[in-house]
Formats: sequence, C-alpha cells, structure tokens
Amino acid sequence: MDHLLALGDDALVAAQRLGEWVAAAPELEEDIALANIALDQLGAARMLLTYAGELEGAGRDEDALAYLRDDREFRNCLLVELPNGDFAVTMAKLLFLAAYQLPLYTALSGCADERLAAIAGKARKEVAYHLDHARLWTLRLGDGTAESHRRMQSAVDEIWPYTHELFQPDPTAPVDPAGLRAEFLAIVEPVLAEATLTRPADGWAPEGGRRGLHTEHLSYLLAEMQVLHRAHPGARW
Amino acid sequence: MHGHHSPVPGDGPASGLLDQVEEAEAALRAAAERGRPGAPDGHAVDADPQEYFTALIEADQKIEPRDWMPDAYRRTLIRQIAQHAHSEIIGMQPEGNWITRAPSLKRKAILLAKVQDEAGHGLYLYAAAETLGVSRDELVELLLAGRQKYSSIFNYPTLTWADVGAIGWLVDGAAIVNQVPLCRCSYGPYARAMIRICKEESFHQRQGFEILYTLAHGTPAQRQMAQDAVDRWWYPSLAMFGPPDRDSVHSAQSMAWKIKRFSNDELRQRFVDMCVPQAEVLGLRIPDPNLRWNPERQSYDFTPPDYAELMRVISGDGPCNRQRMARRRRAHTEGAWVREAAAAYAAKRAGRGPAATRPAARDGRAAA
Repeated sequence: MDHLLALGDDALVAAQRLGEWVAAAPELEEDIALANIALDQLGAARMLLTYAGELEGAGRDEDALAYLRDDREFRNCLLVELPNGDFAVTMAKLLFLAAYQLPLYTALSGCADERLAAIAGKARKEVAYHLDHARLWTLRLGDGTAESHRRMQSAVDEIWPYTHELFQPDPTAPVDPAGLRAEFLAIVEPVLAEATLTRPADGWAPEGGRRGLHTEHLSYLLAEMQVLHRAHPGARW
Repeated sequence: MHGHHSPVPGDGPASGLLDQVEEAEAALRAAAERGRPGAPDGHAVDADPQEYFTALIEADQKIEPRDWMPDAYRRTLIRQIAQHAHSEIIGMQPEGNWITRAPSLKRKAILLAKVQDEAGHGLYLYAAAETLGVSRDELVELLLAGRQKYSSIFNYPTLTWADVGAIGWLVDGAAIVNQVPLCRCSYGPYARAMIRICKEESFHQRQGFEILYTLAHGTPAQRQMAQDAVDRWWYPSLAMFGPPDRDSVHSAQSMAWKIKRFSNDELRQRFVDMCVPQAEVLGLRIPDPNLRWNPERQSYDFTPPDYAELMRVISGDGPCNRQRMARRRRAHTEGAWVREAAAAYAAKRAGRGPAATRPAARDGRAAA
C-alpha cells in the first residue's frame, strides 16, 4: 500500500498547494488553469487514497487517510510540500512534478494491477496537460524579460535538488521510479535549454518523504488542511 | 446531486427559475428567427438610428454590438456588466478562503470547481463588456482604483465552513433571482452570457443547500454552525437586491430599455417567497420574527434589511472591503512581472517568425 500512498499523497499535497493560489494568480486565465490542475491532482488523490484504504482493509476511506494521519505518516515527496514561492517557483515545481508523473503514470497504466492501471491511465492524460502548461510558462518566464529570467532561473536552481528524491529506487513498487530519471531528463532538459535557462548541476539531494521524514513545511500544511475535520470527530460533511 | 441525501424536492431549490432560463433561451432563438423589423439584413440604412433602436427594443429583438445605441444605454450596460464581472472576481475570495480547509476531499473538489466557475463567469462577463468598446484592462483598473463597484455581499467575512453553504444557498440564490430576468436583457451579448451563467449558478445553489442540509442534520455543533451562518447571511442577502424602489436611482430608465425587467422590491419579495419553504426543508430558522404568510398578497411579509448598513458597505466601510481590495491589488501587482514576461515572450516569438515554432513542436513530442 506504500506505493499507493506515495502516489496519492504527492497528488493530494500538490493539490493543496495549488489551491492556495486561488484568487491570487497573475491573471484570471491562470486562476482557472491552476484550479483545473489542482482539481485533477485532487481527483487522482481521491482515487488512489480510496484504493489504498481498501487494500489496507482497516476501514479507512479517503478522508480518514487525508485528514487523520500526521505528517510522519505521509509518504509524499518533499518537492510537493515546499511553499509556493512566487509564480516561477510554482511553475518549476509543476514542471518537475509533471515530468516525473507523466512517465510514471504512463508505465503504471500498463501494470498488472488493473485498478491502479485504470487510475494511472486517466491521470496520465491530465498530467500531459499540466506538463504542457508548465512548459509554456517556463519558456515565457525564462525567455521573457530580464526579471522573469532571473526569477525562473532562481526557481529552477531552488527546486532542482528535490527532483532526485522522485527517482529513489523502490523495487517493490509496480513501477520502480529509479528507471524513470532518463525520461524525466529527456523532457526537462530541452525545455530549460529552449527557455535559455541553465540546467543546474546535480549535487545536494534532500530526501526522506517516502519514509515520512519531511521538511518543516508539511506539518503546517496539514494543520491547515485538517483543522476543521479534526475539530468535529466522527462528523459527516 | 447526491441522491442518498435527497433533501431537495424536484430538480433543486432553483428548478422553477431554471425553467425561466430555458424559456429565455427559447425566446432568444425565436427573436432571431422572427428577424428584425424593417431590415432584412439587420441594418436599416434610411431609418433614424434612435427610432430603429427603439423599434428593436419594442419588438423584443436584441441589440447587438454593431448596432447604434444611445450613449447612456452603452454606459449603463458597461457599468452594470463590469460591476457584475468584478463581483465574480471578488466573490472568489470569501469562498476561496475555505478551499484549503474544506472538511472532506469531496467538498474540497466541489468548492474548487465552484470558485473556478466564478473566474470563468468573470471572463465571459468581461468579454461581454468588451463588445461595448471598453477593454478588460481598463475595467480592471477602474475596479482597482475603486471607481467601479462589486456586489456589497462579498464584503462580509466567511467565518465558518457553514458560511460556504449559506453563500451557496442564499447569496447564489439571490444572484439567480436577480439574474434570471437578465437572460431576457435587450443587449444580446449580456443576455447570452447570463443564460450560461444562470445554469451554472443554479448548480452552485444546490451544492450550498446540500452543505447546509448535511450540517443541519449532523452533530449539535454542526447544526449550530449552520444556524449561525443563516443568521449572519440572511439580511445581507436581502440587501443584494439593492435599495428599496423608492430610492433606486437607475431603475426607471433601465426598465424602459429592457435591461432590467423587475424592480428591486419585486425581486426581493420573490427571493423571500422562494427561501421560506427551502428553510423548512433545511430545518433552519430564518432570523426574522415578523416573517409570516400574507394570504391577501399571496406572499410572505418580512423585515427589510438595514439599508443604512447597505449604504455603509457600498461606500467602503463593510467588514472586509479593505481586505478584499488589498488582496485583489496585491495579486495584480505581484503578477505584473509575469504578465510582462508573457508579453515580451510573445513579442520575441512574433519577431522571430515561423522558424521559432519548431523547437516547441519538438518538445511537444518529447512530452507526449
């Protein structure tokens, strides 16, 4: 079930961060686009967490898993829990997340677990749109004005180290993410080059999310997300 | 939308109004089929433009962007459509306030989709206003400068989750009552935008009703939360219909131009009459000791909202006016560098010509 939690928690935490952008985006069209992407991620999270709860067999549904686990029990990568930062940071996070999720969901859509394959097949189409959206913004910001170039380069530099964790080996998962880094780089490197951005050197590689060792940010994110649900134990909504 | 609750009789709390939207849509098509008076091609060269405009209005035909229209008609429409668009945009804030804290993942998804719809409504309405010869950027500047208004209701805070339900039930309910007649507005682009918007709003109203129904039938604390929200949102919702008819400054001319079809007080009464039986289904109390059925009028008597409070909120002194405007200005200011980058990038691409499109196509394949 851990591999389902990793996928589901990535999607849930990404949706939660994107939801913070509502009514704050640089233009109206972008409010709509970010909400759309958040809805896609949330939809995938709900299916994955529901399935994880069923496999566990302890009666936990999507809400029990989303609202009643503590940060040490979350299995998402660190990248998704990082604060939104400015629009460039948000787009760097989205670009790298989508460039990881696309080959991952594509591979999972052919895996032996039919239920997971169906979820991945649907999510794959959505993630292709997320990737396209992030790619276009990376180009506009990287190759736009001097200020946008500076901000986009800084965002890429800041987020790049967190991409290593995405490809940590997990031989027990239906698709081992370790095999996807080459595809990730084949997507991301040409985008950075066309955007006139420098691809950061590999080095520092923070990790721990898949084992429940998170950044300091996740506990705050969960405090906000879970506050109302936890204040009314057992209530239906 | 969720059958197991089955709280809503018929198709939903606003189903009768939705029928009126369908009728307005049919009337719009019928008018188009009838054709315009005296001008098969839609342009009467010889006619006096003022007379032709009046003839179109009287024949219940739509005024279209290329038609001649009196300046005051154009100004009234720009003011009204812009105010409506701004209301959608500012209205994202009070509900958006609960997206990160929605108490279940299903509610979070419904709320995100609703707030996204509001941004979409803002877009269609700005587009409708642009057909009158004003740009969206100009209208946004007028909003940010405080020279155009938005609905005063969004200057009240959303203090609990139940407020999201109360906004759906009461605020969207009032908006629909106000907007359904606008589906028959004489200005074609506005009427068509309103038909589309009303259909989505009725869905939102049903979702708000369902949130309140679930809370009202939940734990004692949830029930109290629901009642408290209705207590706080009832009178501000009544105030959404504007000042009483005796004080309404824009009404008479707008009625003559068929921009507006019913008076503020008529619409307010219609809203009260719609809400009372719905409150009974919810099992929540409308906070008005004078609310009672009047058999002679075949309507409910009710306490009017505090119009002095409405005027204070409109003039800028509501609980959240400053907060809402500050957030809108901050988003606009902080997004300036992004919009500039997009414009600079587009200009560079245009300058480079078609060759510049090749790398993008290559990346598209890599991504697929």
